[in-house]
Amino acid sequence: MLKDITLGQYFPGNTVAHKLDPRTKILLVVLYIVALFCAKGIVTYAVMGLCLAVCVRISKVGLKQLVRGLKPVLFILLFTGILNLFFTPGDRYLVEWGFLRISDVGLRNAIFMVLRIMLLIMGTFLLTYTTSPISLTDGLERLLNGLKKLRVPVHELAMMMSIALRFIPTLIEETDKIMSAQKARGADFESGNLIQKAKALIPILVPLFISAFRRADELATAMECRCYHGGEGRTKLHVLQYARRDYIALLLGVLVMVLVMVLARFGL
Amino acid sequence: MEPILQIRNLTHTYGVGTPFQRSAVEGMSFDVYDGEFLGVIGHTGSGKSTLIQHLNGLLKPTSGQVLLRGRDIWAEPKKIRDVRFKVGLVFQYPEYQLFEETVYKDIAFGPANMGKTGEELDRCVREAARLVGVRDDQLDKSPFELSGGQKRRVALAGVMAMEPDVLVLDEPTAGLDPAGRENLMANIRDYHRNKNKTIILVSHSMDEIAQNVDRILVLKNAHVLMSGVPAEVFQRAEELISAGLDVPQVTRVARALRERGLDIDPAVYTVEALEKQLLALRKGGAAC
Ligand SMILES: Nc1ncnc2c1ncn2[C@@H]1O[C@H](COP(=O)(O)OP(=O)(O)O)[C@@H](O)[C@H]1O
Ligand SMILES: [Mg+2]
Repeated sequence: MLKDITLGQYFPGNTVAHKLDPRTKILLVVLYIVALFCAKGIVTYAVMGLCLAVCVRISKVGLKQLVRGLKPVLFILLFTGILNLFFTPGDRYLVEWGFLRISDVGLRNAIFMVLRIMLLIMGTFLLTYTTSPISLTDGLERLLNGLKKLRVPVHELAMMMSIALRFIPTLIEETDKIMSAQKARGADFESGNLIQKAKALIPILVPLFISAFRRADELATAMECRCYHGGEGRTKLHVLQYARRDYIALLLGVLVMVLVMVLARFGL
Repeated sequence: MEPILQIRNLTHTYGVGTPFQRSAVEGMSFDVYDGEFLGVIGHTGSGKSTLIQHLNGLLKPTSGQVLLRGRDIWAEPKKIRDVRFKVGLVFQYPEYQLFEETVYKDIAFGPANMGKTGEELDRCVREAARLVGVRDDQLDKSPFELSGGQKRRVALAGVMAMEPDVLVLDEPTAGLDPAGRENLMANIRDYHRNKNKTIILVSHSMDEIAQNVDRILVLKNAHVLMSGVPAEVFQRAEELISAGLDVPQVTRVARALRERGLDIDPAVYTVEALEKQLLALRKGGAAC
């Protein structure tokens, strides 16, 4: 059950999508998001959808995984859709039913908003599916390197992020294990009212917090034992290097964005 | 003897439909009899933990069945909690599941979930604590003040206090020192002797299994490789070794002696049996 949350999970592979430099991929996702917010009509959305489809195809990530990533935001999708559908004023009303009215603009907005969020999430998930957390933070750190001059603690932030990403699966696994252990002792997480359900969480949360603190402590000791002292003068095992495919991918990304912007200009 | 648990063609596949898809249990079938002490042994990753989580319905079979006293445990999914009270499962490193303010309350968590109250509850808790060697004055302490080995005893007592018909233990002695290990196994043996309840002991130490169980189930790569009484299983030492397992130390000595030409049963697994054979040989006049 908990393991179904695929948020940020990496699926190893050997495709071009996996091999691209993480910086390239992050930049492409930024371009993709910008283009997505420029998109206005059917044509531009179709272009964005096509782009995503091509990338998914190249990455060999299963459609099922991608769709499953949408599950946690299902509520937001529904909420946005319904809100837009019923509460957008328009010139022409398609359905009138008491105070609930669906206007032509509302229908349009609802469809495009839901589509936009879906494309947004699937696009960013494609990034985390094809990029390991380590190289992702590595790429982010390098991209933001310039901010160090402004005294932004880029290295520390990247380190915190990679530790957090590293421990999400561990904590999920741990939660699962503790839940199983308490279920074996007859704990009941499903029935009862809200207060009883909240109380039922205590046998999970207490051991979980204790083990999280223990892990943090052990990790800090291990890092200190290996003389970790921050990013100052630290070299990399894998130095990121742009290859030709990165330039090609970036060029394509910029082209698509320009295309979408031009099309959106014409209201398509 | 009656089979209390029947495992029929059990298969469990993790991560169906993802690139990580993999069967941890494949087509396993075997019976567990009432009152027996069954040992389950296998290399790390052979599917032991996955298998035993099916016995109390924590995992649902991908295919196949688990029958408890002849009834499929998933026949009524709403009543799966009752199955968990009949088949008690102690996880590996169970000390990480402790959460209550006092040792007493933690041990009482399981039986209280069963609906036990008052004197009955008190009896269960105190009896379980005594069986695993937790002293009375420790019952009012916080479980987090105890040492690792004591925490494990408390966690074990927490399941024993539910008085399940079948007690399943996943590597209960992993990570303990030799004295603590022998001590804990003695507690488990006592429990078996006093209560006459079925015990399934998962382990990857052949010596621990050989010294305690009535019958052994050997797993290899998600399949049952063999099952039988210890003497039968240790007879097939070559297969065990090829499964990445060991034979007990005594069996190893017996096999080495046999290779040097002594007429000794290579499947002996207790010091006493080996001693008897050696003495018999000496009486028979063979050079020793
Ligand atoms: N929750 C899980 N998700 C995916 N794979 C798992 C999970 N638990 C175990 N496995 C895999 O199943 C196999 C058997 O594991 P397990 O039953 O824990 O073996 P054992 O207890 O004998 O060491 C291993 O290869 C392990 O990687
Ligand atoms: Mg295991």
